[in-house]
Amino acid sequence: MNKKILRHFNSYLVLLIVGVIMIFPLIWMIFASFKPNNEIFGNVNIFPSKINFDSYVSGWKGHGQLNFGVFLKNSIALVAPTVAFTVLSSTIVAYGFARFRFPFKKLLFSIMISTLILPNAVLIIPRYLLFRDLKWLDTYKTFTMPALFACTPFFIYMLIQFFRSIPFELDESAKIDGCNAFSILVRIMLPLCKPAIISAALFQAIWTWEDFFNSLIYINSVKKFTVSLALRMAMDTSEAANWSSILAMAVVSMLPCVLLFFSAQKYFVEGISTSGLKG
Amino acid sequence: MAHTIEIDKYRKLKKKNTSDYQYIGLLFITPWILGFLIFQLFPLLSSLYYSLTDYNMMKKPSFIGAYNYIQAFTRDKKFQNSLAVTFCYTAISVPLKLMVALGIALLLNMKARFIAFFRTLYYLPSILGASVAVAVLWRFLFTKQGYINSLLALVGITGPDWIGDTHYALFTISLLTVWQFGSSMVLFLAGLKNIPPELYEAARMDGANRIRTFFKITFPMLSPIIFFNLIMQLINGFQDFTPAMLITKGGPANATYLYGMLLYENAFSYFKMGYASALSWILFVIMIAITAILFKSSGTWTHYEDGGRGA
Repeated sequence: MNKKILRHFNSYLVLLIVGVIMIFPLIWMIFASFKPNNEIFGNVNIFPSKINFDSYVSGWKGHGQLNFGVFLKNSIALVAPTVAFTVLSSTIVAYGFARFRFPFKKLLFSIMISTLILPNAVLIIPRYLLFRDLKWLDTYKTFTMPALFACTPFFIYMLIQFFRSIPFELDESAKIDGCNAFSILVRIMLPLCKPAIISAALFQAIWTWEDFFNSLIYINSVKKFTVSLALRMAMDTSEAANWSSILAMAVVSMLPCVLLFFSAQKYFVEGISTSGLKG
Repeated sequence: MAHTIEIDKYRKLKKKNTSDYQYIGLLFITPWILGFLIFQLFPLLSSLYYSLTDYNMMKKPSFIGAYNYIQAFTRDKKFQNSLAVTFCYTAISVPLKLMVALGIALLLNMKARFIAFFRTLYYLPSILGASVAVAVLWRFLFTKQGYINSLLALVGITGPDWIGDTHYALFTISLLTVWQFGSSMVLFLAGLKNIPPELYEAARMDGANRIRTFFKITFPMLSPIIFFNLIMQLINGFQDFTPAMLITKGGPANATYLYGMLLYENAFSYFKMGYASALSWILFVIMIAITAILFKSSGTWTHYEDGGRGA
């Protein structure tokens, strides 16, 4: 018995040490964002000498005519429809794959699965040229349209897995009660799939919010910049002085993700373990 | 119970024989079919075409055969360097990340309190890790005057220039990748929960110690998930370059000039779309080759484990 406690004690000790190391950078970041500039570097004290909100004020104001609020609004304008479209299209497609037999289903399904490992690196250049020809560059259509057409197979797969766990008897009895395929989806499946749909929405929200590479390529005009692009711009242009205000805005840009994560962390963990995807 | 199963079987058999397709299913998957054709298949094919041209956005593309590919392998010094850097980066970061993820998952796989708390704690960096904010943070922490070196100075170590020194820069970037081990850990944890406890019971009866139990039970049972994680991490690792772009800008002296940066620069700084497309196909082929080799080796490896247990 003693040995068992001791073993657990050691495990806890390791878990705690690793946990502190893991979370420390974030803690440092939050405290450093309240520091005056001259305390950020070459200073071993993690606490600021006095709490100072100037960094948040000056960071929010930014340099040009645009303040950080504009970029936050842009990010929301990009993320909200992308998430809504992704959830809508992925659910419908997953329902189709999970519940019906139709010609070439096996082939189509394996194509869908193989696009899971299709690297973005190969697609980005031709997509850029395609979007240029469609006159979509520098608009959020570059994100929302692929979302509308279920272009993230990860979510389709995740939802298919979930649909499969729902017994067929429910469909059958609904059919006997006079439901058609569409009303079965809306009335029976959707309520049951809520956890999986929430997982998908959360993942897509955070990935789109944090996206840097695609926005960098597709969005050019500063007034349409998302928080990621704005942060990068701040980091590159004000190299010299405004470290604390950059950190402050980095904290602001992270805040929505952190809040989402803590308020719904069980959906993240469940989503990732049921689909068994995404490293 | 057995009766209903019989009926189910019969129903399935009947369905297959009469082949009454439910065409409405096709209607439901139509968005994906269109999306696949427009945003995946068409770009894939057009990229293959562009890779055989000299397209630079200024004038119409003209066909130049395999010239771009030959150019990459014979002339482009940056190409060879970036391939080497990318291999090095994945060779450091992927195994390290998976080992940490597995180690922590093993620790978390006990029936004790606060496990959910720790799981959340470790998972958080995976959620935030891809953001520009974290890249900013990393740059600040690891600069010469940064907090890491201040800490090292406390114990009398003069820390290196983590970002500006060619010997450390790639390692610093890899560390950021390893920091995000949480999602792999969650997968391992789910896998560990699925291992039947009877196996451990039996091992204990046979007097196997913990190390033996790990290698004879845990590792083989978990091997499909390890394998899956390995593939996904490698695929991501080969394409990854945003941290390098944001933290070190590929420097110093191209020490962190990852393949993705080479691709990005050729395409979107020099607008050499043809050449960049060829580069992307080279990457794609390398990734397919590595995945195929891994699949092959995993087959023999699993088989070996089975044989070992039987003997």
